[in-house]
Amino acid sequence: MQRTRTSRLAFFTAHPGGRPPVRLCRVYQQKTIDSYMELSFNLIAQQLVTGLALGSIYVLVGVGLSLVFGLLTIVNFAHGAFFMVGAYVGVFVFAKTGNFWICMVAVPLITGAIGMLVERVLVRPLYGRGIDYPLLLTFGLAYVMMDLTRMAFGVQGEPFEAPEALQGAVDIGIGMFPLYRLFLIAVTSVILFALWLFLEKTRFGLIVRAGARDPLVLRVLGINVSTVWLAIFGVGTGIAGLAGLLAAPMRGVSPEMGVPILIEAFVITVVGGMGSLGGAIAAGLLVGVVVSFTTLFRPELAEFSMFALMAITLIFKPNGLLGRKGLMG
Amino acid sequence: MKTKNTFQSPVLAFLGKQPALAVMALLAVFPLIFPFHSLAINILLFGLFAAGYNLTFGYTGKLSFGHAAFFGGGAYGCGILISQYAIAWPLALGFGVVLAGLIALLMGLLAMRTRGIYFAMVTLALAQCVYFLFFQANSLTGGDNGLRGVNVNTVNLGPLKLDLLNPLVKYYFMLVFVAIAIWLINRILNSAFGSILEALRENEHRARACGINVEGTRLLSLVISGMVCGLAGALNAINLSTVSIDSLSYHTSGQVMMMTLLGGMGTFFGPFLGAGIFLGIEHVVTGITERWQLIVGVIFIILVLFFPKGIWGTALARYKK
Repeated sequence: MQRTRTSRLAFFTAHPGGRPPVRLCRVYQQKTIDSYMELSFNLIAQQLVTGLALGSIYVLVGVGLSLVFGLLTIVNFAHGAFFMVGAYVGVFVFAKTGNFWICMVAVPLITGAIGMLVERVLVRPLYGRGIDYPLLLTFGLAYVMMDLTRMAFGVQGEPFEAPEALQGAVDIGIGMFPLYRLFLIAVTSVILFALWLFLEKTRFGLIVRAGARDPLVLRVLGINVSTVWLAIFGVGTGIAGLAGLLAAPMRGVSPEMGVPILIEAFVITVVGGMGSLGGAIAAGLLVGVVVSFTTLFRPELAEFSMFALMAITLIFKPNGLLGRKGLMG
Repeated sequence: MKTKNTFQSPVLAFLGKQPALAVMALLAVFPLIFPFHSLAINILLFGLFAAGYNLTFGYTGKLSFGHAAFFGGGAYGCGILISQYAIAWPLALGFGVVLAGLIALLMGLLAMRTRGIYFAMVTLALAQCVYFLFFQANSLTGGDNGLRGVNVNTVNLGPLKLDLLNPLVKYYFMLVFVAIAIWLINRILNSAFGSILEALRENEHRARACGINVEGTRLLSLVISGMVCGLAGALNAINLSTVSIDSLSYHTSGQVMMMTLLGGMGTFFGPFLGAGIFLGIEHVVTGITERWQLIVGVIFIILVLFFPKGIWGTALARYKK
């Protein structure tokens, strides 16, 4: 201690007025590298969790899209619009009740009901007419839904804040982390678990799975397929609406919010494999993490990263990670 | 109804025999009977865009949501050379077309690896990727502000000087290129290659069994389609003297798809008719209300539900009955 002090002093005196920095600098550098290393471990861990939270939204949107495609072979181009409608229903219900938890229940129910109405009135006449027609119809529908929303809520976006109980940050061992993002991951896990129970453990789920394999045989067995399809369209759009509500505090609410999420949902479907729920989950999380890390290292490339991932998937696994071959002929 | 049929039949018979000539003749007369010349130019260029799109959607049976990348790519390719490097417009125009063809080739190589309905999703995602690419290349493309200063005011053809600031002159200047493209499309569709395209649309498996290289043919048709759309985009850049980043957006791809379906996919005249009606509706409705997308969306839904062949396709089917 004494020695360093003297030597440092000597160092100083040896260079009066000059910058003594060689040694000091080294100490300084050492310190930044140390703290940087420490920071960077936490940073990477945090970015991973952020990616999972971001991915949760992707998973919900992708699962809804895949569910509808897997059973009805409909590519729902209005899926993003249902996402947007969910957020606006959330804004509306929150303004009326002031309670986020009521929104959590009301949004999927109302959005799902709108979805079922759409299926019954618009999509059903198109069954058996070729795979492109429902796609084109829902594409037009998305424009209509967007403009109706603009008429009802205005062109400007709406602010939407997370409920107070979910604001702030908690220490999760790798530093402070926004509570709301943890909540996203938790809610997504619960929904996926409930969906799994519904599809694997209930009689209705059995019918759904059978219908995804062969709707004709299901019909021969005397099951009313159209009710099943109606319900599944409702479930898929309901989940999309809920995803819209959950994303609202992070992405904001605007009539156009459905367009980027639709494209992102397509990327996820392509990466995960069309009509595969497991694929949608894996791809959603993967895309979330990839985007999150690109944002950390090369923010200007964040938007490209998911497309690059899609291109790589297309080159090496054209059917997606968990896609079945020949599903769409 | 009967009088209408007797009025229509000679026209339809003529159009049926020589679709390319008929379309060219109609387009040549169009601005003389239509008072809004700048709208006429829009219809002409978007008609060409839709005709290029129709090569993919109507004749090959592939639903694409990525054609904005070709249109916008052509527009930026041409616009950047003119505004940033002051290169002569014929070269810039050619470069725009080639660039659009290259984008189509790359996109096709990736998208053709998937089948069926995937194609719509992959082309949409890749077009979005192109959008971000041009958006980020701020110094070259102007990013969010768009590209300005794509000025081609006069065209010197030896002794002839064309003043492009006059909309009517500009229309006929554009029509020359559109006519060449129409002639080429007609030539391609009437060739053996064109028959193969339609064979692919009708039955891919049988075509493959006949020894046709399905992937190669599809890729080539996408590149041709991309180049036609690129030409439309490049001409539009000269027309507007700016290129907006919106020309690469999802909505542009959607618009051209709606135009093609509105007019009648897989028909020669349909895309131009569709572009005319779509832009006409937009022109009229935007004067009344801001919510024109609502009107267009509802019309589109009705079309998909009840007239999937489009206006011209339905008319042709009626006539053939």
